[in-house]
Order: sequence, then C-alpha cells, then structure tokens
Amino acid sequence: MSDRLLGPHLLSVADLGRDGIGEVLAVAEAFAEVERRTIPKVPTLRGRVVATLFFEESTRTRLSFETAAKRLSADVLSLAVATSSVKKGESLRDTVETIEAMGIDALIVRHSAAGAAHRVAGWVERAHVVNAGDGWHEHPTQALVDCFTVRQVLAERDGVTPSSLGTSCFEGLSVLVVGDIRHSRVARSSILAYAALGARVRLCAPGSLLPPSLEGWPVEVVGDLDAALPEADVVALLRLQAERGSGQFVPSLREYTARFGLTARRAALLGKEAIVTHPGPMVRGVEIGSDVAELPNAVVTRQVQNGVAVRMAVLFLLLGTAPVELVTDEAAGAERG
Amino acid sequence: MAERERSHTRPLGGVFVPHAQVLTSADVQRALTRMAHEVAERNGGLDDVVLVGLQTGGVPLAERMAELLQSVEGTAVPVGSLDVAFYRDDIGLRPVLPEAVTDIPGDLAGKVVVLVDDVLFTGRTVRAALNALSDYGRARVVQLAVMVDRGHRELPIRPDYVGKNLPTRRDEMVDVSEDGVSIGTLEKQ
Repeated sequence: MSDRLLGPHLLSVADLGRDGIGEVLAVAEAFAEVERRTIPKVPTLRGRVVATLFFEESTRTRLSFETAAKRLSADVLSLAVATSSVKKGESLRDTVETIEAMGIDALIVRHSAAGAAHRVAGWVERAHVVNAGDGWHEHPTQALVDCFTVRQVLAERDGVTPSSLGTSCFEGLSVLVVGDIRHSRVARSSILAYAALGARVRLCAPGSLLPPSLEGWPVEVVGDLDAALPEADVVALLRLQAERGSGQFVPSLREYTARFGLTARRAALLGKEAIVTHPGPMVRGVEIGSDVAELPNAVVTRQVQNGVAVRMAVLFLLLGTAPVELVTDEAAGAERG
Repeated sequence: MAERERSHTRPLGGVFVPHAQVLTSADVQRALTRMAHEVAERNGGLDDVVLVGLQTGGVPLAERMAELLQSVEGTAVPVGSLDVAFYRDDIGLRPVLPEAVTDIPGDLAGKVVVLVDDVLFTGRTVRAALNALSDYGRARVVQLAVMVDRGHRELPIRPDYVGKNLPTRRDEMVDVSEDGVSIGTLEKQ
C-alpha cells in the first residue's frame, strides 16, 4: 500500500472518495467472514480503547459500534451522557479532553449539533474520531453499510463474491432516495457515497422536506414517486424524523404516506430486482408499509447485520493500519515473514 | 481499491527486481510432488488431513498439492485459505491489510492441518496463523509445508516439509510464482 486511504478520522463520506469507500467495503468483507465463525472474535485491536460518546439516543448504531470494537478485542467504554458530568454543565470540549486524557484511542461521537464530530476531531491530540451522526449533517458509517449491503445483494444475484465486484457494480445504478431528506444525516452521507461510486441519485420528497438548497449536489429531484419507482435499482427510504420536527413540515402523516410512503400498492410498481433499504428505525405505516418491510428485496435486517462488519472495518482502518512513514527498513525486510 | 489490484502490489510499495532464478517451474512441481508424498507418508495416509494455504502466496501451492495428493493417493483433501492480517503482532507498526477472505472448510477439531506457504522467513506469519487456527477448533496436529525456507527466524518455528532450503541475506527478497522461484531485491519506486 502506498499510503493510507483513510485519514486519522472518519467525519464525512466526502473524506473517503471512491477509493476509500472501496477500501472499507473490501476490508468489511474480510470481517464479514470473521462474523460467520464459531468464535467471531479476532485479537487485532487488543489493548486499544474505544469510547462511545452519544449525546443522542441510539440503539443500533451504538450497539453496532460496541459489538464491532469488542469483536476486534478492543476495550469499550460507553459514556452515558445522562448520568455523566455533562449534566453538571461540563462543556463538550472539556468532556472530550477528559476522555482523551484517559488514553483512549478512538472516540465514536453522536451529537445533535451538525459539525460536532469535526469540532471534537480538532480538539483531540492522538485519538481517532468517528462521526456516528451529527445533527442533520452526516452519518458516514450508515452510508457505508448501505453500500456494502447493496453490493452483497448484487453479488448474490450474479453468483460471485462481493469483493470481485469492486466498486464497479455501482456505476450507473439508479438510486432513489425517498422521504425526509432535509433532516436526514443518513441521506446526506448516502447521497455522497452513491454519487462518489458513480451511481445516478434521484431524490423524491415533499418540497418542505428537501434541503433549503440543493446547489452543487450530484442529484436530480423528482416529484412523482409512482413515476420514479419503476426505473429505480435501489430505493433508499428515510424515516420521518418527528424528533427533529418533521411533523410540522407535512400537513398530516396520512397525507405524507399517501404521496411518499412505500405502500403495498407502490411496491408493486417496483422492478423485480429493486432493493429497498431503510436505515432504521422504521415507522411502519408511515414511510414504509408493514408488509413491504417484509418483502424479500427489503434488506433492512441485513443492513443491521452488516453494520458490525462495516464498523469493524472502519475501526480497523483507523486504528490498526499505521501511516507509511512509520515503516522501518527492518519491517520492510520482514514483509515476507 | 480493487482486491485484485491490491494483491499484485507489494504491501510496502516498490518493485521486486529478480537477480537469479533458483528453481524453475518444473523444479517447483517436483518439490511439491515430493512434499505431497511426504505428507501422505508422515501421516500414514490422508485421513483427517486438511490443507490450509496462507494468503496469498500459499493458496495456489495448497491447491496444487491437493491435486497431487488426489493423483497419488486417490483421496480428495479439503483445501482452505487463511488470511492472518488480523492476528499479526506488528499491527500498528506497519500497514497491515487483509488481502483476501479466509475460507476454512468446516471445524478443524481433531484434524491434521497442514499449513502451506510459499516462503518461511521470520516465522511471524506462521505464529499469526497458529493463533488464527485455534479459533477454528483444536486441530490434532498442525504441520507446516513451505516451498522455500530462507532462514532468519525470529521465533521458535520450524517447517515439517521444505521445497528448498535457501540461504539468503536479510535484505533480499524471495519470490515464488508460477514461473518458479527467484531471489532478488525490492527496489523503491
């Protein structure tokens, strides 16, 4: 390897580029094999400490990161913000510096403010920072999980290994992102990831739930979901984010479902091969029909399963691979050991 | 980066420049045939024998040895592959990336596992492989077959089957390919 494809931190999908995403997917494939073993644990990050710092509630992302770190034999600390000194008024900066002073190697950060992970990355001296969701901004690992899952499904259909597809299987793939794009950090990261891999990305949402400006985004906007569905290879559904006030942006949930929900009637418009993704948690009956979520092409459970392998790959690439400058001649000689 | 592209790049960059050919492809084939016979002889047949090639150089050799065992003994021996990147002790000291997916045929408990690699050098890859194997069950015996033993061991590890003992300088490099075995150096690009 000439140099590392991942920087010290993973804050945005934009940091990765096509090669970086390809690298994560390739390494994640190796970890997916680890997960299929009787003892799904490797000693790779023994002695490293990974801390999760979640200022917002989460089930799957936090569990997924913690499981990933444990399967790599790292030690995991999770800061329960509700019972921490944050409640006494400690600032984010002081909290981060306190945690880093304890010798932590990686910080997994979720925060309701966009850019929080970037700020944290600016404060740490040696720890690696992973953005696990910052406000409406980005959630890069979820986008990587989605790409990994889509490639896995495509590979199974062709009867080949996912690694053999590289990133070329995304070239020209038609991805339709439906729902609350304005408030969705998953949407931002996914759009960047799919576009970087050469897919054609279209958005479909009520005008009020589109971002205020789409200037410079590599996307097209379509108004009529029924017309857009038949030619979509991947439908990426998003949750209507009630906690971010999405409710005020649509007249009623029923009207939203009628126009933008993937109901059973709409699912029938999809091509046979179309893949339906949802980052979870799903609100059945709003953005996705309950029976639609159970369709074989809806890969929601698989996305959760793949979450661990992909996050193992991210932690491994950030913590386990050294910058090339550190390589000594002796290590170079030992290469064929 | 594509998997294929990576496996053709030396992990540390640079280009292998061969100085002398040590074994021709016919020599490699003869050595492999002898080693296959030795495996069958040492284990009194091929019951419970599993060949595990180390990624990436050992995998084609393990496959070829299985073909030879098939023609010699008439028994199909299971072949697996193992990538030891996650078990190396130099993680954090140099770039370590998995080259390919590990594929172990079933539980190894009670089996006779023959690890197959192209070059035995410091022994650190084999050390990592032994750790990795223990996650797949307790093998009854683990043996090591290498095409070239070039010396300079840093750990108490020795091979059971050797294609060729090849004294080398530490800074030299040994390349095993379909065309045979060459000795050379790694030139920085």
